[in-house]
Amino acid sequence: MTVSRINAESLLAIDVGGVTTRAMLFDDVDGRYRFLGVGTAPTTINAPYKDVAEGVRRALERLQEITGRELIGADERLIIPSTLDGSGVDTVAATISAGPPLKVLVIGLLEDISVESARHLATTTYTRVVESIGLNDRRKTEVRLDAILRLRPDLVLAAGGTEGGASQSILRLLEAVGLANYLLPGDQKMEVLFVGNQSIKEEVKDAIGRLGPLHFAPNVRPLLEGEQLGPAQVSLAAIARQIRSQHHRGVEDLNSYSMGGLLPTATAFGRVIRFLSKIYDADKGVLGVDIGASATTIAMAFSGQLWQGVYPEYGLGRGLVELPEHCKMSDVMRWLHLDIPDGYVREVLYTKALYPSSVPATLEDLAIEQALARQMLQLAMKRMLEVLPEKNGFVKFGLTPGFEPVVASGSVLTRAPNHAQSLLTLLDGLQPVGITTLVMDQNHLAPALGAAAAVNPVLAAQVLESSTFLNLGTVISPVGEGRPGTPALRVRVTYASGGEASLDVKEGSLELVHLPLGQKAQLQLQPLHRYDIGMGGPGRGGSLRVVGGVFGLVIDARGRPLILPQDAGKRREMIGKWRWTLGC
Amino acid sequence: MIAQIRHVLPLTTIHRERILPIPGKVLVRKGQRVITTDTVAETRLTPEHLLLDVARGLRLYGDRADKAIQCRPGDKVAEGDVLAGPAGLTKRTIRSPRNGRVILTGGGQILIEVENPPFELRAGYPGTVTELLDDQGAIIESTGALIQGVWGNGRIDFGLLFVLANSPGEILQSSQLDVSLRGSIALAGHCQNGEALKAAGDLPLRGLILSSMDVSVVPVALRMRYPIVLIEGFGHIPMNSAAYKLLSTNGQREVAINAEQWTPLTGVRPEIFIPLPAADSLPRPPDTDEFSAGQQVHVFRAPYAGKIGKIVELLPGMNALTNGLSTQAALVEMESGETVLIPLANLEVLE
Repeated sequence: MTVSRINAESLLAIDVGGVTTRAMLFDDVDGRYRFLGVGTAPTTINAPYKDVAEGVRRALERLQEITGRELIGADERLIIPSTLDGSGVDTVAATISAGPPLKVLVIGLLEDISVESARHLATTTYTRVVESIGLNDRRKTEVRLDAILRLRPDLVLAAGGTEGGASQSILRLLEAVGLANYLLPGDQKMEVLFVGNQSIKEEVKDAIGRLGPLHFAPNVRPLLEGEQLGPAQVSLAAIARQIRSQHHRGVEDLNSYSMGGLLPTATAFGRVIRFLSKIYDADKGVLGVDIGASATTIAMAFSGQLWQGVYPEYGLGRGLVELPEHCKMSDVMRWLHLDIPDGYVREVLYTKALYPSSVPATLEDLAIEQALARQMLQLAMKRMLEVLPEKNGFVKFGLTPGFEPVVASGSVLTRAPNHAQSLLTLLDGLQPVGITTLVMDQNHLAPALGAAAAVNPVLAAQVLESSTFLNLGTVISPVGEGRPGTPALRVRVTYASGGEASLDVKEGSLELVHLPLGQKAQLQLQPLHRYDIGMGGPGRGGSLRVVGGVFGLVIDARGRPLILPQDAGKRREMIGKWRWTLGC
Repeated sequence: MIAQIRHVLPLTTIHRERILPIPGKVLVRKGQRVITTDTVAETRLTPEHLLLDVARGLRLYGDRADKAIQCRPGDKVAEGDVLAGPAGLTKRTIRSPRNGRVILTGGGQILIEVENPPFELRAGYPGTVTELLDDQGAIIESTGALIQGVWGNGRIDFGLLFVLANSPGEILQSSQLDVSLRGSIALAGHCQNGEALKAAGDLPLRGLILSSMDVSVVPVALRMRYPIVLIEGFGHIPMNSAAYKLLSTNGQREVAINAEQWTPLTGVRPEIFIPLPAADSLPRPPDTDEFSAGQQVHVFRAPYAGKIGKIVELLPGMNALTNGLSTQAALVEMESGETVLIPLANLEVLE
């Protein structure tokens, strides 16, 4: 008999996504916490329900059917805590990404310093910056006031001034905010989060404190060099939750179930990525990507330090019609393996924006949605890397840093017809460098575990340690400047089960090396022609132990950055070869 | 599974909340009959303010500037009115640069809201005001035929319906738009270029109901001052047979065309309403439903976009589509008689 090492408390995690609401159950199985099942239902934040509770109830009913555990009592409410007959749950963790992004006004002194930091802070949750005001803004106060009243931001993020630095200029910038809140009716006043020079807190309170809700969080730019978003991010998440509770029915109930712990999904996702970064290779970071209908979220963490970007403009939902503002259509078209006219791609984009929960039912529509996913990943990663301080040698060449592992989530990946399509979407969209492991969060558990960590950290850690995520494979991506066909990497695999394999990989190729899922092997890697695989510099190799994923080992020597042929026919032929190699 | 609903109904009761985007003044009374273009409520959507610096203008500082202010919050002021002063040897004064209302005084400053025309919220439908919503708008009830669309360019109007399209997928040509259509609402098929929309604007039409439109035409459509509603969406998609039949058999009737953008959060969507008398009170159509066998459904994504069918069977579990995706799906008998597998996520119940 296994002795339980935990004081077991079952946990229900609820995630209200832009399209789907998920209810996930975790409990003790043989002394360790396990994920038991997930029930899903359409999110009901929109009309005619206008109440997230309906979607939650349906997801719970589905979870009841799957797990056989009674979760909803006769009074139609969740059974908390669990009862002796095994009904109900002990704790609840909840996350939400549904609903339009919050409209944010950012204020700061210098455009590329504090205004930029306020913008970065805004991108850590589901927001859309609708206006910015800085010292270089030559508009009069009344013009700024009218702009604010016209745009009606939900939230003002006011930065500016290093600690003990500027004060009067910040107060002058806040004048229009104070006037706007004075003029707005009580229930429409903007929340103001001041994240600037903390030595002028009292003056800020005197100036605008009585005119509307005012919050303070530590300075995002305490020194001219270097940003400090972490503490302010926590305050922002709490305010964002509060605003969502006011805007949407059922959100406050969700918050009550989770004992006030409701988090934006992206915040919870980031928390898991940060946690993983403390466990994995300290020389590398951990990367998390989540492509959803509401937004694409990128979380990068290095030894416990998190950088996060939440980009509603790169979501696969209603924001799709704005994609042409962010990139050229040819940037999307280049990823297509089928010959699809530009006009049809635009039609699918608009249709998907009208019906975000619809699914592609033809090969063409599927190819377009996967092409969009690649492009969204590219755009989001580019934005994120602008924020990230240089972390290793690859970044300075405009490439991503080295990560171990990369955790990927989002229906476009997890519900692809086969894992090969998910893998190729990730390889193309992220273009990882060096050596990394690609894992997929098939049940969208990462945010749930991030939220759970606050109430039951043992559960979060144990479930993460178990085979929660699907290991797609270890990916080795050599970086160099050789022409196509140049030998880039020599690989020797010594299988733990016995036997060896070796191959030379050439620039421009994509290769799979057989290593069954879960089986261990020792790799001997020797970069050729000064290729770099992140083992200490160009030409440097070494050995490492790896565990096989769905695709064993993936050697992606297609080049970084990946440059596709200009000629559409040749490009499609090349993509077709890669798809064939992976078995898409 | 929860089903999305699209209304294409020959006779029903509608109950529409007409709400200002921000609080304002309600201009109708309960029980009042309204027509589509009547103003239900108004507000200042784009306020314009002036902040006058009395201290600097009069060169007075601290309390002295405030004491020189002669107006109070709430005062109406006309262009040229003295607001502060006189002060100093030269008797300097501060005058109102525009007509408006004083909002705030203090700190040596005067804040004035400039008088400008308010945003007027139209009724959007002919009917009776059944309820007033404090400072926000009103609920209008009416009976008639209702045809919901998917996209609109934000305008509202009413007029006589003229059937231009001889078939649900006919392409709209500029040459079809002659002066006989002036002031009417035209029912057409697919629009593939902005020239036709501009020609319609030159007449002008009072509204245009289209089956579908090329994406490239969207910027032109958004600029047009008359309402445009798409029943199906983007790409060349013939209008579903139910909507086409209902619209095309109501030619020469007065119709209200509400081309508001589809806002899922509030439930507002573009629609055409044809007011018709009803002898008895009719129930309001359902807003929610679950998928079930026998329902008439409308498909909104390829390869059957714009087609109507009947659910033959809701299939259990996940079902593989031809592209390899697995999803919840139904077997649907299309109007052609063909039975096909369609994801539930791509269906809406037509009722």
